[in-house]
Order: sequence, then structure tokens, then C-alpha cells
Amino acid sequence: MSAATARRTDWRYRINLNLHAVVGRSYPRIVGANREPSWIFFEAFLPLLGIAAYVFIYQAFGDRAIAAILGGTCGDHACADAAERDAFIALAKSNTNSLIASVVLGGTMVAFWLNVLWSMASQLYWEKEIGNLQLYMMAPMNRMALLGGMAVGGMVMTSMRAVSTLIAGIFVFGVVFQVANPLLLIAVFFATLIALYGLGMMFASLYLLWGREAWNLSALMEEPIFFSSGFYFPLGGLLRIPGWGPAVAIAGSFIPASLGLDALRQLTLGTTAFGGKFWIFDVTTELEILILMCIVFLILARYCLAYLETLAKREGKLTSRHQ
Amino acid sequence: MNTYWRTFKTAAWLGWEMDSNWTEPWLFMVYSVVKPVAGAFILVLMYTVFAIIGNRQDPAAFSYMYVGNSFFIFVASVLFGTFQVIQSDREWYQTMRYVYIAPISYYVYILGRAVSKIAVAAFAVLITLVFGALFLGVQMHISLEAVPLFVASTALGLAVLLAIGICLGGISFLTAKHTHGLAEGIPGIFYVFCGVLFPLSVLPGWGQAIGRAIPLTYWFDITRRLLAPTLGVNTTLTGYSDSVILLLLLVSSVGFFGLSVLVFKAGEYFARKAGKIDMTTSY
Repeated sequence: MSAATARRTDWRYRINLNLHAVVGRSYPRIVGANREPSWIFFEAFLPLLGIAAYVFIYQAFGDRAIAAILGGTCGDHACADAAERDAFIALAKSNTNSLIASVVLGGTMVAFWLNVLWSMASQLYWEKEIGNLQLYMMAPMNRMALLGGMAVGGMVMTSMRAVSTLIAGIFVFGVVFQVANPLLLIAVFFATLIALYGLGMMFASLYLLWGREAWNLSALMEEPIFFSSGFYFPLGGLLRIPGWGPAVAIAGSFIPASLGLDALRQLTLGTTAFGGKFWIFDVTTELEILILMCIVFLILARYCLAYLETLAKREGKLTSRHQ
Repeated sequence: MNTYWRTFKTAAWLGWEMDSNWTEPWLFMVYSVVKPVAGAFILVLMYTVFAIIGNRQDPAAFSYMYVGNSFFIFVASVLFGTFQVIQSDREWYQTMRYVYIAPISYYVYILGRAVSKIAVAAFAVLITLVFGALFLGVQMHISLEAVPLFVASTALGLAVLLAIGICLGGISFLTAKHTHGLAEGIPGIFYVFCGVLFPLSVLPGWGQAIGRAIPLTYWFDITRRLLAPTLGVNTTLTGYSDSVILLLLLVSSVGFFGLSVLVFKAGEYFARKAGKIDMTTSY
């Protein structure tokens, strides 16, 4: 066995090499973002405005509901007395806070989902377009390490936007979160992220094959996914729509953000929020499903990458641009 | 003038091909409709959830929001259609240097490239409105006499949007690949401050002042007045007559056109000076 072969089969060497690849691929994302100050404005501040719009919608609904209650209408009937009126006003305020909090949490997850779509799923295709892919393919590391590096860099890069959204939610929109189980919250959050980025890794391979459709596919997975996965409203709301509602909710649940958000909302708003009417499963079940998704998506990503790399090489598409 | 027209025509054709020829026409049609309709459905569900929790229907607020959101499709598409040209040519296709040195007006070229986005957006707006009226009970009825005013206000609104898009294009000469931040953020400003989804009265005083300073606020207001005149939602703009709003839009579109030329030229000048015209930022 030659020295080079011995080195390639040495586990310590391979782990070290792949860890270096993870760090190497995440480095330009983290450092690149820091070296471009305009990034903060464009990626962290501006997107907050879109989320603010959804917050104000609930605020507007809440204001109109309170105005109607003050006008003497409690729900679908006339208020019996001042006590009933006050109870309805308190309920309207509490519901509005919970819905606004749902939007804020959804906005945080939107940041990660967009990063998965545009900086994970589309990335290999993008690298092919700008000529980097062939360099990656020639390098000796595992391709999963490359995708892992992209994911780590993407998570760090996106955290700024996610944190800004949370801070704005608490300090600007006055959202009140009640976290009873922080450890479970952290577990759900990271399980959701790993599953999401696992899905992104899988898409990255598929996009490599789909070529120019990839960009459009990513664009198509914005609003329809925001809708079917309940980014701006509790997903259980879809289950209340007779006919197509449950079908859309089930389809949307294949995106890890759906169940992740449902669990995060339960953990930060309490299971009694919205009268407890809109939750899909209990938190533990959702965490178990998310862990299962992490495993499945990462395994699928591994196989898709290997298969599609071979296919792309066989069809000669690996380095051909603009297809 | 002939060169401008030829540039515009060719750029419009190029934009249409780039947008649509990646797939079959029927799939492109579905693709063009699914995104905005899903966007509208987010609002439908937000309303539904609130109605279920509060045990209270508010069809006027829903119609207000739905109509505003439908026309907002124009804002997102036209703005994105203009400023993304620079970043896609520069970073993605890396053809910017070739187009830029061609003996054409790059400003007109961008306008041409945006046309296909406007056409697709118009189709999506129409589908969203029809769907809302037929299946979601959105309260809409436009009278025949209001049609010319509606057409005029829509044309002026689009002109303002194009000018704003070109201004952003001028800025993006100098920035890294922030297409998505811009695509989300700038429409986000209009989403929040222009009374698209909720009346201006929901905003704090300073927010209302910002809203009143943006011409698109008046465009959304007149559009809703003409399409859904019976909503009875207080928009805080009832003091402005239709003709005053139309005049405001006309003045704004001329003003923003001037501003767009200025910002575009300035962005171009500084980008050339800093050597950023064909910069790629591929992290």
C-alpha cells in the first residue's frame, strides 16, 4: 500500500480533512457577510418590514374586534353586561398577542427557510454556473462535508436576521413569550434546523440535475410553503378548513419548519393559547418526528448526492453552464 | 429614439425568454399564478384563524386586505423585475460587461427587461381578484364610468413603481448580491406604510406620516375606491378626491422619473469609479 493510499484510508486523516472542509466552506459565508456591512441592512433590517406588515394585520383585526366589543357586540351576540365585555376585550388582546407572536416566530423560521432555498438548495447549481463546482469535485473531501460547511455558514449568517426578528418582536411589537421548558425549546429548535438543512442538502443534489428550473423551483417554494406550513398563522387553522385544508396541511408538514414552528409556538405561548384549538400534535411527538426527519433527510441527501453526481458526470452536465 | 425603441423591444423579448422558456407554457402559467395565489391564501388563513378564535366575521376588513394584497403583486414584481436585472446580469450570467459596453441605453434596457414581469404580474393580479370575487366572497364591483380612471391610475402607479425600481437598480450597482434582501425589504416598506393590508390608522403617527409621503399609498387607495367602493373602512385619506389623487400620482411619476435618472447615473458613475460594474460576490 502506498503512503498516499494509507493516508486516504486513515480515519483520523479523513475526519480531519472533512472537518477542515466544513470550516473552509463555512468560512467565506461567515467572514464574507461580516466584511460586507450593507449585508446587515439588506438581510437583517429590511426583511423585518415584511414581517411587520403581518404583525399589523393582526393588530388591525384586533383593533376592529375591540372596537366592535366596545360598540356592544361580544362575538356573535350583544354583550350582556360590562363584565362580559371586559372578558371579551381581554380575550381579544390575548389572542392578538398570541397571533403576533406566531408571526414573529414564523418570521424567524422564514429566514432559515429562505437560506435553505437560496443558499443551500440552489448553491451547487450556482457553483456550477460560476465555475466552482468542478474545483469542489476534484478536491479530496467528502461532498457531504462541503454541504455541511455551507449549512453551518448559512445558519450563522442567517442567525443575525432571525435574532433581529425575535428582538423586534419582543421590543418593538411587545410580544410576550412564556418559556416553561427552555431545554426542550432548544432541542426542538436545533432539530428543526438540522432537518431543514438536511432537506436543503437533498435539494442541492436534485437542483444540480434540474438545471435552470432550479431557480424557479426555489421561487415557487416561498409563498406556497409559507402558506402550507403555517409560517404566519397556526398550522392547525388549515385543519379547520373543510375539504382541501387538511390535505394542504399534511403536504406542508413534510417541510420540517411546519412541525418545528407548531412545537415552538406551544413552548413559547403555552398549550392553552388560541384556546388550544390549533395544535397539530403534542411537543414530544413533534420532536420525535423532527428527529426522524433529520435522519431521513441526511441519509437521502447522502444518496442523492452520490447518485446525481454520477449521473451528472455521465450526462456531461457537471460543468456545463446555463442549462 | 429609434435606438431606444429597438433596445426596449429586444430587452423585453430577452426578458420574456429568460422568464418563460425554462419550461412548457402551461407550467409557466401555473407557476405564475401559484405564487401570488398562495400569498393571498396566507392572508385568507390569517383572517380565518382570527375569525375562528374571536368568533367574529369582518368581511369588510377581509376585502380591504385582499384587494390591497392583489395589487401588491405589481409592487413586488415590478420592483424585482427592474433591480434584479443588474444583479442577475452581473453575478449570475456574467454578461453585464458585454451588454454595458454595447451602444445602447442601459436604463432603457432595464425597462425593457421589466416588461415581461409586468405582463405576468397583470395576469396574476387578474386571476387573484377573480378568484377572490368568485370563491372567497370578496366585495368588489367596478362601475363602467370608473374604468378610465382605473386604467389611468394603474398606469401611473406602474410608472412610479418602475422609477423606484430603477432607483434601486442604481443603488445595486454598488452593493453585493442583495437581491433577496432588496426583493423582500423594499416591498416590505410599502407593505407596511402604504395601507396595503390595513388602514393607515393602525400605524403610529410617524408611520402614518411616512405612508402619506409615499405616492403608492394614494395609488392603493384610489384602486380600492374604484374596485370596492362599499367597504366603509376608514383609510384616513377620505379628504382627497379622486382627481387630486390622480394629479398626485402624475406629479409623483414625473418626479420619480427624474430621481431615477439621477440615482441611476450616480450609481453607475460610482460603480465605474470603484471598479464594481462587473463585480461578483459569490459567497
